Amino acid sequence: MSNAAFWALSAMLVAALWLAGRLVTNEYVFFMGYAVAQYVLLATAWNLLGGYAGYINFGTAAFFALGAYVSVAINKLVAVPLAVLILAGAVAAGAVGLAMGYLTLKLRGVFFSIATLALAIVAQAAVTNWEFVGGASGAYVLRPSEGPWGGSYVEYLFYVMLVMAVGAVALARSIERSTVGLGLSAIRDDELVAEAYGVPTLRLKLLVTVLSGALMGMAGAPLPFYVAYLDPPSAFNLSYAVNTIAMPLIGGTSTWIGPVIGAVLLTMVQQTAMVTISSAFNLMLVGLLMVAFITLAPNGIVGLVRSLRRRA
Amino acid sequence: MTQPLLAVNGLTKQFGGFTALADISMHVMSGERLGLIGPNGSGKTTLVNCISGTLPISAGSVTLDNRRIDGLPPHQRARLGLVRSFQLPRPFGSLTVADNLRVATVYAGRSGAASMPELLEMVGLKGKADRLPRELTQIEMRKLELARAMAASPRLMIVDEAMAGLSHTEVDEIVALLLQLSAQGVTIIMIEHIMRAVMTFSQRLICVVAGRKVADGDPDEVTANPEVLKAYLGE
Repeated sequence: MSNAAFWALSAMLVAALWLAGRLVTNEYVFFMGYAVAQYVLLATAWNLLGGYAGYINFGTAAFFALGAYVSVAINKLVAVPLAVLILAGAVAAGAVGLAMGYLTLKLRGVFFSIATLALAIVAQAAVTNWEFVGGASGAYVLRPSEGPWGGSYVEYLFYVMLVMAVGAVALARSIERSTVGLGLSAIRDDELVAEAYGVPTLRLKLLVTVLSGALMGMAGAPLPFYVAYLDPPSAFNLSYAVNTIAMPLIGGTSTWIGPVIGAVLLTMVQQTAMVTISSAFNLMLVGLLMVAFITLAPNGIVGLVRSLRRRA
Repeated sequence: MTQPLLAVNGLTKQFGGFTALADISMHVMSGERLGLIGPNGSGKTTLVNCISGTLPISAGSVTLDNRRIDGLPPHQRARLGLVRSFQLPRPFGSLTVADNLRVATVYAGRSGAASMPELLEMVGLKGKADRLPRELTQIEMRKLELARAMAASPRLMIVDEAMAGLSHTEVDEIVALLLQLSAQGVTIIMIEHIMRAVMTFSQRLICVVAGRKVADGDPDEVTANPEVLKAYLGE
């Protein structure tokens, strides 16, 4: 796909969803749309490090919740526009990404993953004891009744999340096609050899860890307004980490479209299952799908389509 | 006297209490073809790892073109023109042959280097640019390893056992390729067990035994050196 085609399609998608939104009277559609866009953003962010560089991050919830709690904290102090909260969430989560990266990126493979899991647990313990943002009992956030351009606030949140998701996908796509993307592939395949052939491995890994963390923080920043009540167990919920890993794996980790496909598909299936079957069932569903894909189609849907095309 | 391209002075490498390399000093002149031999486990690959930066050294110094490089990370040494190939081919498995070379060109290459089609032509992988490494034969894999090293536009190339396990004619093919590179002005250190290849290729020979340099000089003299013979044949 050329750059012009990509941007034209992205703009058309946003415009079409906006037009469709004019016709919608049921607010649930925006709730669901927000969840889909949020997971497109999270899965794309995760894939920068997990898919391109091959470093599996189990700590999505930490970055995501950090964005959310920075929002809560600032919102308690001063009334600022949502864009400022998102920016603050990005900066905070990006900074944590930098610190974590510096401390842990020398660990390879599974040790890095364990360290990210530990980060999520430490962060949750810290927030649970942070009284200013509600501590263990959680924080209530007043959701404005109206968005700045009319319509409901949830509708507004949906468009904000949609634009961020499209932006993140565009960023992932441009990284994938750049020399940075080439260097990351080399790191994923054989880090020692990559370094021996001039790839500044530590710098590239730090770069994507910061970007990935910042995007996750951005995804979390509007959350308090979306849920109106935020407590640590929900903000740091394991399902964020699990879903964010499952989506790129199901869609395909090698290219930007994989996490998008995985996120849209899995979120829709989950939301439908939650409404029609039970809310407990949907995590099991994710687990089953993940097992099925890892064993039957390790390169995800993108890989499946590619191999079918090659055979045809 | 002209300055050597690579100079190693008093290089020592310890792993805990074990001294893998003891006080190694050596130099390589620009354009030279140097052979490095030694029994298995004598520290040849450790020496390569220390020179290229994969392992930090315990003492001593490494200078490239009069510049101290032993504190630099491997990728910076590669950019200065110090490039090594790996003992067992280690291609980037998910990248095509062309992209394998592109990594080296983009990140370590300098202007004026051979273009990708030229390199592929030279090693005989011309028609395989879009193949994945797993689709290559063993000798093609070795050639890819060398082509990738060439793509990094090396001034000094360290070739670590590029021929182990290859057939007689395949060894000749790789030696011919290395001689061709040398003719183009690349300084080459060859580490090899196949004596036929080493003797054809090298202008000078260094022998390392149990982490110490025991001989350095004319290939025929080194191979006749009693210490070298003792290391290979026993007493």
